[in-house]
Amino acid sequence: MTSNARPLSPHLQVYRLAFTTVLSGLHRITGLLLTASSLVLVAWLVAAACGPESYAAVGGVLASWPVRILLAGALAVFWYHLFNGIRHLVWDAGFGFDLRAARRSGALVLLFAVLAFGATLALTPAWRWLLGAS
Amino acid sequence: MSGHGATQHWRNQRISAMALVPLGIWFVYALLAQPDLSHASVVAWLAHPWQAVLMLLFGWCALWHSAQGVQVVVDDYVPEPQHARVRLASRLLHGALALVLAAAIGVIATGGGA
Repeated sequence: MTSNARPLSPHLQVYRLAFTTVLSGLHRITGLLLTASSLVLVAWLVAAACGPESYAAVGGVLASWPVRILLAGALAVFWYHLFNGIRHLVWDAGFGFDLRAARRSGALVLLFAVLAFGATLALTPAWRWLLGAS
Repeated sequence: MSGHGATQHWRNQRISAMALVPLGIWFVYALLAQPDLSHASVVAWLAHPWQAVLMLLFGWCALWHSAQGVQVVVDDYVPEPQHARVRLASRLLHGALALVLAAAIGVIATGGGA
């Protein structure tokens, strides 16, 4: 054994990200994206309170193509953060800490998030709105 | 964050998280179940007192949880000279948003937005 074989501190350029690490980082990033989305919710409600003209003006911005895509992204991010948040609450209750369980629950979170995102688009008028209707 | 208050922050973040599971699902369901998102539809939706109360609860819990989460990120990444100011700015912004949100829902629920 040479000293080269000894473990070194994680070096970012060669550090292989673990699946669970990526999910953990995503929880924080999606949380911040939802904070940004809450600004949109408040702006939208204020516009509705101000009357039809203001609502139409804000609605025009929300219905523009880039914002449509961002809002669809916000919906996906919402589901991810919700399911991964439940995963965190289960950990807080003291369950699922070992590595295999953490990997498995992480994969379940991704699966549920994709299914819920697909279902909310497919089973509601959201997909029509997203494709450009009204 | 200093040790003082950390336990309470941790507990409060879990309380808001647990409240947001049903409230968040309600919000997405109610929003997407509207026949359309015209001004008239949204005003009619929030004119129902229970719907307005749920919207207020969802908005407040979401902003509370957001303030808690942003604070953790600020504590982790914003270094000392600016730390206190950024933290205060986030608190004030979240508080202001909560007030504006409540005012907007109040106006709509009482027919002011129609």
